Amino acid sequence: MKDSLDIRERDHVVVRFSGDSGDGMQLAGSIFSTVSASVGNSISTLPDFPADIRAPQGSLTGVSGFQVHIGADLVYTPGDECDVLVCMNAAALKTQYQYAKPGAAIIIDTDSFGPKDLEKAAFRTEDYLGEMGIDPDRVIACPLTTMVRDCLKDSGMDLKSINKCRNMFALGLVCWLFDRDLDIAFNFLREKFARKPAIAEANIKVIQAGYDYGHNTHSSVANVYRVETKRKVPGRYMDITGNKATAYGFIAAAEKAGLQLFLGSYPITPATDVLHELSKHKSLGVVTVQCEDEIAGCASALGASFAGSLGVTSTSGPGICLKSEAMNLGVIMELPLVVLDVQRGGPATGLPTKSEQTDLLQVLVGRNGESPLPVIAAFSPTDCFDAAFEACKMALEHMTPVVLLTDAFVANGSGAFRLPDLADYPAINPPYVPQELKGQWTPYMRAENGTRYWAVPGTEGFEHILGGLEKDDKTGAISTNPENHDLMTRKRAQKIANIPVPDLEVQGDKDDADLLIVGFGGTYGHLRAAMDELRQQGKKVALAHFRNINPLPKNTAEVLLKYPKVVVAEQNMGQFAGWLRMKVDGFVPRQYNEVKGQPFKVSELVESFSKL
Amino acid sequence: MNAQDYKKGQPRWCPGCGDHFFLASLHKAMAEIGVAPKDIAVISGIGCSSRLPHYMATYGMNTIHGRSAAIATGVKVANPKLTVWQVSGDGDGLAIGGNHFIHANRRNVNMNMILLNNRIYGLTKGQYSPTCERGFVSKSSPYGTVEDPFRPAELCFGARGRFFARAVATDAPGTIDVLKAAYAHQGASVCEILQNCVIFNNGTFDSVYSAAGRKQNAIYVRHGEKLVFGENNEFGLVQVGFGLKVVEIGKDGYTLDDVLVHDAHSEDNTLQLKLALMGNDDGFPVALGVIRDVQAPTYDEAVHQQIEEVKAQKKYHTFAELLETNDIWEVK
Repeated sequence: MKDSLDIRERDHVVVRFSGDSGDGMQLAGSIFSTVSASVGNSISTLPDFPADIRAPQGSLTGVSGFQVHIGADLVYTPGDECDVLVCMNAAALKTQYQYAKPGAAIIIDTDSFGPKDLEKAAFRTEDYLGEMGIDPDRVIACPLTTMVRDCLKDSGMDLKSINKCRNMFALGLVCWLFDRDLDIAFNFLREKFARKPAIAEANIKVIQAGYDYGHNTHSSVANVYRVETKRKVPGRYMDITGNKATAYGFIAAAEKAGLQLFLGSYPITPATDVLHELSKHKSLGVVTVQCEDEIAGCASALGASFAGSLGVTSTSGPGICLKSEAMNLGVIMELPLVVLDVQRGGPATGLPTKSEQTDLLQVLVGRNGESPLPVIAAFSPTDCFDAAFEACKMALEHMTPVVLLTDAFVANGSGAFRLPDLADYPAINPPYVPQELKGQWTPYMRAENGTRYWAVPGTEGFEHILGGLEKDDKTGAISTNPENHDLMTRKRAQKIANIPVPDLEVQGDKDDADLLIVGFGGTYGHLRAAMDELRQQGKKVALAHFRNINPLPKNTAEVLLKYPKVVVAEQNMGQFAGWLRMKVDGFVPRQYNEVKGQPFKVSELVESFSKL
Repeated sequence: MNAQDYKKGQPRWCPGCGDHFFLASLHKAMAEIGVAPKDIAVISGIGCSSRLPHYMATYGMNTIHGRSAAIATGVKVANPKLTVWQVSGDGDGLAIGGNHFIHANRRNVNMNMILLNNRIYGLTKGQYSPTCERGFVSKSSPYGTVEDPFRPAELCFGARGRFFARAVATDAPGTIDVLKAAYAHQGASVCEILQNCVIFNNGTFDSVYSAAGRKQNAIYVRHGEKLVFGENNEFGLVQVGFGLKVVEIGKDGYTLDDVLVHDAHSEDNTLQLKLALMGNDDGFPVALGVIRDVQAPTYDEAVHQQIEEVKAQKKYHTFAELLETNDIWEVK
């Protein structure tokens, strides 16, 4: 450790843990965010997995990262670049250094920088720091593996198990850098390894050793990070990922509606955690079926809805293509169904672990025939809860499939989540068929708002057959009558158009902005941060961020046509801009498009928007 | 209840189509079973036979091609109180829906899976199906197919199916018996119904389509009874080596004692499969009736049983209680 190491005290700090995919970086990173969140910091995280699960050890393709942004104020993104970079091996340094800020502190395990490690990581010489142009003064180089082995030499554990604790040493070191209370980390581990207390204690010992190492070597360095607590909204909080918040939203909506929650799903990255989470909560009566394929996931959920449950299916990437047929059946049968699409990089298998907003047009119009359905996009990890609740409410009350769009960034990212009280959430009232219609009811009779009634099997006197063939508006029998088909097509469209959605909110300089930034879904944090920064520079800027993509808020045209310059910024080639142009006469926006599989960078947004 | 209580509408199938015969038997079987129409869901895919739910006075869905087993799985698991009849043709069930067919059997979802097999695509006007014999000439195989067919029983057994029965559409008593047995069986119950397509594959099951033909060319298998057949039950099935053999009782030294007794309840499906695969071309009678009927835990019941077990185990049962299971901190 060099005395000249400069780690400044600051409000916002980004730490990136990186190592081999087997090095436990995700665990170390998530414990660190939990510990930080529990002292009241805002957090935002970005796990960055390799696409290859079993890439060779120490190889460049096998590097896994976990980035966490902690701040005293609200933080909206996991941060563009990190202040501290932890590299458990040479490959991690090689691939992850690009994410470090100039002057960032870099922690490396010198034991993993031997000749073979360097060769695997494609270093040409032993002077790896020189090769990367890294100033050794800002490197915390420690023989981490040796110290971990030494620390656990009397534990009776085998070498493999001991090596698995390396991540905890790094965690302890980072905790020391940020003056974190280790007890929270210890409690976390004791709970996680409740059935293996020996493992828990070994990990705890190693964290302490890492912390002590930092303490000992930094005894002369006074200026370590301290992140003060300045959170504004009082309440009880937990740390939550977007996928978990989504699962919680489904559970909450089912409970509010008094219905059984049924998830039909097929494992696919990065949506699988929703299946995992819901599978845990059988004590709340949640039914999960891991189906034979994506098609069956959607089909079984639709069947469950027919039978009177809240049917939900979750997917990502190519999975959404496979579900479109059964989604369309839901459109014509007018049954509730929630389809979660955690967007990832495409087309085809694309970038399975990375984030994009490229499924927008697919979910809006990617089905045969006229097939309107609502689409809702979540803003942030914690917003997934509200968005999921809203999607369920809309599906149940308007008898329609609803697509909930999140993305890999939102789904795997996390934030401090203020515990919701369901009493504050609106009631969910599905349009159950009124008993007094018995004897005269037909399946496509509609309530005033155009919604078909729901007659659940088991109800005497309302036996009926639904199906994928067009039905007669009056009798509900199969019909190929041209006038009837036209009428039914319009009724289905009108039903969706009638769904009330909140007005679009404009943030920032809403009265006199020169530039309106427009976005949707998971890019909210970055666009908001970009707007804040531009306004701090004295520019007049506003942000209109969409959560309801279909139907659009009623004031959409009014907002979009009000400002002299409008830029639609999205992580695709302009799908939302196109959708808005189709829906708003005379709207000709500028576009900011990026399809890198990574979240936007605020600095790049600011630079680009400044030039408009 | 009588058959009329389950009937609705006027079927639009071609005159003489096997679907008419089957529908009448299904109505009668349902009346004999006696489950109220409100508690029944009939779920089909796409194809001629998949029109069937429209002629039922029950709940039901005529869904999308091939997916009815998956949709029916959702219905049954969501509400196990419903009696679910899943209706499919040979194209719908075994081609586009093959994956769902095998997995519904593997999971053992408690539903009655009707496979209306006429060995042709009728609705699309006469293409070969996955149950057509090699060399079959159709509009899409003018020079004959160059692929082998699925044999539905083999597929069902390969997927660990616990129930397989077969009937001929024109044989109302035989069909009704099989449907009642399928209902009685707890688990996925596959019923293969052999039927004619008068337009595109006329005569496909000719040898067993008439009562007289069945006397000669079919054997009705009944659990616990000797496997005998013929006008006067003069023929029987015996086991020779690894295979079955047709013998004339009283000839070549074979007596009734040598004839196999049918065991539909045997876990080991070896002989059941041999029965199911018998065909006239090989000199065997076509087996009709319940060929396999083995009890096993059903998926839908197990799903809900597990939920009850976990409910008893865990202390959180509401969303508010679920929240409390997390690491929580307070900001004042």
